[in-house]
Amino acid sequence: MPTPNSRNEEGLFYLLAAIGGAVSAIGVAAALYMEHSGHVVTGMNNQIVWGLPHVVAIFLIVAASGVLNVASMGSVFGRALYKSRAPLSGLLGIAMMSGGLAVIMLDLGRADRAIVAATHVNLTSVFGWNMILYPVFYGLVAVYLWTLMERRMNPYSKAAGLATFVWRVVLTSGTGSIFAFLVARQAYGSALLAPMFIVMSFAWGLAVFIPAQAAMYAASGETLPPLVHQRMKNLLATFVAAVLYLTAVLHLANAYFAKNIAFEYFILFNSEFAGMFWIGQVLIGSLLPLALLFNPATCKRTLWVNVAALLVIVGAYFHLYVFIIGGQAFPLDIFPGYDVKSSFFDGAVDHYTASLPEILLSLGGLGIAFTITVIGARALNFMPHDDRAKLEAAGSIAD
Amino acid sequence: MKLLRIPVTVFAALIATVVAALVAVWPAPTFAHSGEAHPQRTPVPNMKVESPGKCIAPAEEMRRNHMEMLKHQRDRSLRQGIRGEPASLNACIECHASKKTGSVLGKGDFCESCHSYAAVKLDCWDCHQPKAGFKATGVKP
Amino acid sequence: MTAPQSPDSNPRRAFIAAAGAGVAGLGFTVIAPGLHLMAVGEANAATEARKAGTAASPAVRWGLLIDAGKCAPGCTKCIDACHTENGVSEKLPDPRQNSQWIRKIELVDKRNGRVTQLPMMCQHCAEPPCVDVCPTGASMKRADGIVLVDRHTCIGCRYCMMACPYKARSFVHTPLTQQNPEVPRGQGCVESCTLCVHRIDKGQQPACVESCPEGAMVFGDLNDPASDIAKRIASVPTTQVRADLRLNPGVRYQGI
Repeated sequence: MPTPNSRNEEGLFYLLAAIGGAVSAIGVAAALYMEHSGHVVTGMNNQIVWGLPHVVAIFLIVAASGVLNVASMGSVFGRALYKSRAPLSGLLGIAMMSGGLAVIMLDLGRADRAIVAATHVNLTSVFGWNMILYPVFYGLVAVYLWTLMERRMNPYSKAAGLATFVWRVVLTSGTGSIFAFLVARQAYGSALLAPMFIVMSFAWGLAVFIPAQAAMYAASGETLPPLVHQRMKNLLATFVAAVLYLTAVLHLANAYFAKNIAFEYFILFNSEFAGMFWIGQVLIGSLLPLALLFNPATCKRTLWVNVAALLVIVGAYFHLYVFIIGGQAFPLDIFPGYDVKSSFFDGAVDHYTASLPEILLSLGGLGIAFTITVIGARALNFMPHDDRAKLEAAGSIAD
Repeated sequence: MKLLRIPVTVFAALIATVVAALVAVWPAPTFAHSGEAHPQRTPVPNMKVESPGKCIAPAEEMRRNHMEMLKHQRDRSLRQGIRGEPASLNACIECHASKKTGSVLGKGDFCESCHSYAAVKLDCWDCHQPKAGFKATGVKP
Repeated sequence: MTAPQSPDSNPRRAFIAAAGAGVAGLGFTVIAPGLHLMAVGEANAATEARKAGTAASPAVRWGLLIDAGKCAPGCTKCIDACHTENGVSEKLPDPRQNSQWIRKIELVDKRNGRVTQLPMMCQHCAEPPCVDVCPTGASMKRADGIVLVDRHTCIGCRYCMMACPYKARSFVHTPLTQQNPEVPRGQGCVESCTLCVHRIDKGQQPACVESCPEGAMVFGDLNDPASDIAKRIASVPTTQVRADLRLNPGVRYQGI
């Protein structure tokens, strides 16, 4: 649809695609440097084996499956308001999944033989399941987008949407289970992590969707229907509160067990992660957004809802950093009841600082997700089209 | 057709950026060392065997199948613990390591020369020791 | 060679050991005479070279018994021997990135301050979490209970390092060139104690066991009731580290 400002729109597209492409290329170059020199150029070591790249990648993967929730609300639960947004949610899902997987694959010690992961699959491994979960995810989302965007295929969109919804729940359970199935470290090994990752994905996916949608409306000079805005901010607040609740339950349950008290004291009060937890994860990532989303003065303003969503994303990174890095920094309790020390740093709290190549690789993953989104949104029609009259009617019924 | 609105130049620019980044960080290319007749080309492989006469199969078969032999042997040795099979990487280098470098991997040495000529990446020596009779040492932690 | 242990009177093992000596490579023939002269034991009788062309047997389960009471403070002979044997020679600026296949841990009992030392390495679990979580099956348990990393299929994801409760595994953070020809290891792969599988298959003992001046380590077949290690475990109280996890490690400790 050519508009008067399509010339500006084109310039903006070039600019965004160039920035995204450059950031992605730098990320890939950083990964090649790591591959060439070895992980000695990273801050990771034999205790903190997963670092910043894994924090960013897991955020992207969790948010990728969560952003599809918008589509599910439309196709599976029949909400018209969400259905018109399903294509955009599918695009963001594929874009973020690609960015996240790229970072995970490029960080491998032997990224050159990543294909082995597909040719030799160990089905007792949660990572092994991923070799099935992720490709099928791509396939299902692609088919789902097809049924949504090709008029003749529309009748099948509900079935495709349902299949995608079920699959993404399984996939996010898998992501949570990567940690849930770890017996060794005290931070992990809880079945709660699987459902918790699903709720996290709802919150983080929506937190990505809201500003992405706002940017698209702004770029095309349209205004978001107030009802859409209202619904989405309520949903976001619900999910953020649910994540906060599950976080509290997880830590309380852990602190109740004597064997885990030392770890909980470490992560909540007595480490560099304590500040990140209380200020980053709880205050910035949960309480502030909730205040913005519930305060009558701010919750009706698009700007503040977008700010709240961005804060949720910032909080999500703190959340994963504390969870992944903090969980590994605490020493393994190999000999309960003893103070231990060794040349291999047994019994010692580890400290992690991301090195430049890791930071660039992580940014590269964000760049890949961003570039795919920008090109996708330009190439195909992902802009939500609302039938406003119908929407108002649906809204009044629902209210 | 909306797809056509993305100009080819954007893709070209993206690809060019990635390629430039790859070239910038890529390790020294294997075609850097030159032969006499064609200074730009990889020299014809050096097929001289330093200690000839003890190979487990005729040269033709070795050239064609050494990778399969080594692969099957490696899986049997490592995974099942079967030792003393004929196709052993360490046995290969005993005969094929060059007298000069003691290795099969130096410039123009047995494995390197052929693999760089055929442009087939050698993965073995990332982990295996390419020098015959090498004595390892340790370090205090 | 370890200090003499209780005598072993298993003629079958001695016979196979002697027969095996015929086909064994270097090394075993040197040790074999000691077997009969000293009549020791376990140490040698437990390690018979497997015939060329035969696979590791599931009837055997190799294990170690480590007497922490005999482990001398300040002594690092087992570590030195291991790292020489396995060519672990890199020294990176950040010591946390260096591989350590075996390490000495000093334990101080929080209740009474009693100090104990012991060497810690891969515990060669019967139910190894590293094998469960490995996406490619590179982390594997051989039929005779030795837990290994197949570096041909290891992609360096480090999930096994997250899963190991003993911190037994190291990731190779840098390109290597100083490998022992019999112990391949390289950049980007995870590694750990192999129980000196290349020595065991030749009928020798793990380098750490052989190097211990106190005779604090006994190597042998846990499944063979006549082996010295099995007899010792049957007669003295021994401990499995993190026994609560029920991983059934092949390395047992005494005196902790």
